[in-house]
Amino acid sequence: MNALPEPLVASLIAMLQAGVILLGVLLLGAVLTLVERRLLGLWQDRHGPNRVGPFGALQWVADMIKIFFKEDWIPPFADRTLFVLAPAIAMASLLLSFMIIPLTPSWGVANLHIGLLFFLAMAGINVYSVLFGGWSSGNKYALLGAMRAAAQTLSYEVFIGLSLMGVVAMAGTFNMREIVAAQEDLWFVVPQFLGFMTFLVAGIAVTHRPPFDQPEAEQELADGYHVEYSSMKFGMFFLGEYVGMVLISALIVTLFFGGWQGPWLPPFVWFALKTGAFLVLFMLLRASLPRPRYDQVMRFGWMFCLPLTLINLLVTGALILLADPL
Amino acid sequence: MSADTLTHDPVVIALRQRFGDHALVVQPTHTGMPVLWVARESLGEMLRFLRDMPDPFEMLYDLSAVDERLRAHRRGLPEADFTVFYHLLSVSRNRDVMLKVALREGDLAMPSVVSVYACANWYEREVWDMFGIDFIGHPHLARILMPPTWQGHPLRKEHGARATEFDPYTLTVQGQEVEQGALQFKPEEWGMRRERESAEFMFLNLGPNHPSAHGAFRLVLQLDGEEIVDCVPDIGYHHRGAEKMGERQSWHSYIPYTDRVDYTGGVMNNFPYILAVEKLAGIEVTERAKVIRVMLAEMFRISSHLLFLGTYLQDLGAMTPVFFTFTDRQKAYEVIEGITGFRMHPAWFRIGGTAMDLPNGWETVVQGFLDWMPKRLREYERSMMDNAIVRERTRHVAAYTTHDALAWGVTGPNLRATGCNFDLRKQRPYGGYEQFDFEVPLGGQGDVFDRGQVRIEEMRQSLRIIQQCVDHMPAGDYKADHPLTTPPPRERMLQHIETLITHFLQVSWGPVLEPGESLAMVEATKGINSYYLTSDGNTMSYRTRIRTPSFPHLQQIPAVMRGGFVPDLIAHLGSIDFVMADVDR
Repeated sequence: MNALPEPLVASLIAMLQAGVILLGVLLLGAVLTLVERRLLGLWQDRHGPNRVGPFGALQWVADMIKIFFKEDWIPPFADRTLFVLAPAIAMASLLLSFMIIPLTPSWGVANLHIGLLFFLAMAGINVYSVLFGGWSSGNKYALLGAMRAAAQTLSYEVFIGLSLMGVVAMAGTFNMREIVAAQEDLWFVVPQFLGFMTFLVAGIAVTHRPPFDQPEAEQELADGYHVEYSSMKFGMFFLGEYVGMVLISALIVTLFFGGWQGPWLPPFVWFALKTGAFLVLFMLLRASLPRPRYDQVMRFGWMFCLPLTLINLLVTGALILLADPL
Repeated sequence: MSADTLTHDPVVIALRQRFGDHALVVQPTHTGMPVLWVARESLGEMLRFLRDMPDPFEMLYDLSAVDERLRAHRRGLPEADFTVFYHLLSVSRNRDVMLKVALREGDLAMPSVVSVYACANWYEREVWDMFGIDFIGHPHLARILMPPTWQGHPLRKEHGARATEFDPYTLTVQGQEVEQGALQFKPEEWGMRRERESAEFMFLNLGPNHPSAHGAFRLVLQLDGEEIVDCVPDIGYHHRGAEKMGERQSWHSYIPYTDRVDYTGGVMNNFPYILAVEKLAGIEVTERAKVIRVMLAEMFRISSHLLFLGTYLQDLGAMTPVFFTFTDRQKAYEVIEGITGFRMHPAWFRIGGTAMDLPNGWETVVQGFLDWMPKRLREYERSMMDNAIVRERTRHVAAYTTHDALAWGVTGPNLRATGCNFDLRKQRPYGGYEQFDFEVPLGGQGDVFDRGQVRIEEMRQSLRIIQQCVDHMPAGDYKADHPLTTPPPRERMLQHIETLITHFLQVSWGPVLEPGESLAMVEATKGINSYYLTSDGNTMSYRTRIRTPSFPHLQQIPAVMRGGFVPDLIAHLGSIDFVMADVDR
């Protein structure tokens, strides 16, 4: 066999890595649906799904098979193009964001210089999926859900970026690998605690997880923006929510908790453990908290989180200047 | 109550002074209140007088009608084909009064009293729907329980009561379109505008299938953004004709139907019905039967309040508490099942007592439940009622004052959440409640939070009552020694042919009650529930009027929700604690 040229091998390996990560994230999203239901069962004094496979471990497979074979119905009153486009955007924008996450020193899809900005851009695009879905469904509940989503995401995206600027200022870069490297001595969660807290809140809000599930709000809007969706189109929204959870958890780990860094264990295990801890936190929040009212969420965002991020940014900037005057 | 004592009633005297001696005909009944026949023309003025007198009759408690045309025993009563009755309640006097108006078949019209008592609105619609009596001046006299396309008026005597009296039901595609078209909401019919200068309103149809509608309940919202400009509740999807069924079931065999009215209340529904029948029959039950009844009624109050608490918090978006409260309800049902043999609908009370005596070892089972509950209630309070988000969502939301509550006919925990101390178990003890030591929890703000908190506290008080039942259960028979109790005692059946015949008639026909009218109210799980029974000396009731608390509670929704947000409405719906069978009957 002839040796392949060097750049070709490199790009093949990169593509393989990308494929593995893509598949891994999707599978993880699917498995998480099961994990969440089992954990909720544990916390709610009940069993949860435990019939398919050992301890119900194959429930997600059964769910996937079911959802693929459901009738894929597009309501006659819907705007077809946007209706089909919306779940695709939901899924694609979140999956693309994974590009920038470095799993280990050598694994990761892309090493972009503007890594963090890319995530913010994708998060911005993600809003369109909810808006399109809610608008094109031709359903009043979906429309109300989309309205809420638009307002909520707009407000929270204002400071999701600002909350990360402290990290950027300290690391001096948008590149994710360099940010991880900058945390060798001290995880950014310590100096950037306020940034971490606000990013956590905004992250939950952006993924529409409880208690910020205003756009879905089952008790109020009967599932909101995706009420008209069925089959795999619904599945993409549904899976998208879990992929979003994984993404936000991975970002928190990368930006504030030193990414793959940690003693004794291999880097990937550290990364997975830390991410898993945040995923469980997401689920615990869902199990334990009621939902604040929509305008209370907005007020909390604008009146509390935004000033907090601004103060954080100012103080961080001032300290950096003090330590190292230009 | 005899006619003689009634003429000395201060309300009767006051009315006579104001309207003259001939304005009233006093009817003796077993209802425990003055029942006064008045002329149609003077009704409005009398109601206004009673509402505005010192220590007024604040609440129009009930309003309905009776089709008198087939009634045989009407001696001493004014001539009437139909009677419309107005049951007023005074919290300050702790007294009731009932005004009746006689109507002739050719002239079935009444002046509407919506301007005097706002809550007359739905009741008048119900009377129109059920009897075809017109209310002149009513803002929107339309069918309320039956579908808008219905032919006839079901509670009239000529209307069929059984499916076999009708042709088989068919629904064609065209018919379905007609039915659905009739349900289309047209804002103009309700005097609502589709737009204002700057904005077009959105009309959002919430229900009859909606996760937070608590049953088949429909609410049409007029929205400006998410702000509720106005709303129209639409009921009747759960209507099963419970009142009509009362006219074709024997006094005894109607008991299981009552269970299904407030289907979370179980034997609590038997209670007012049985009490009313016992008044008619003149039965005094034994002490043991009284205490058993109180114990089971309080078990069901706890079970119902637990369901309330779980769904109330779920409507606020907390998904976990409902699983915990259902665990507790399961414990309650184990006790109930152990004693009665059934879970939700035991139909366990009997005319004159209960169906059976308590089983051996019941104290241990009940005590187990009593020991389990207090720490759970503490946990709910600490984890949920103290939670900042719950408080933000419920404090000052959908709040109303005692005055408004009484004007809208609100009773039960929802009334007490406004700070009004009116609990029938204290104010008018029935069925042995005077022997028990308990407190009546009150709220202060009358908001969603108070309605939740009051119910948690009520569960504690119910536990106290049950504890006293366990500690002091009297010995003796569980059934009164009276010929009209059902089922008749079997051990007396085989003495000789007379006893066999009596037993056979009692079982096949059921007891025959003397002609008369009686009414019994109880403090049910959701508010005051009462049965107003008219006997025409038969094996069946001539008219069974069921006054349920949820009906006026739903009517009040628009009055408190205007200007609120959709999530506030959901919180309010959760805090009312209604079931649709209790509204529609």
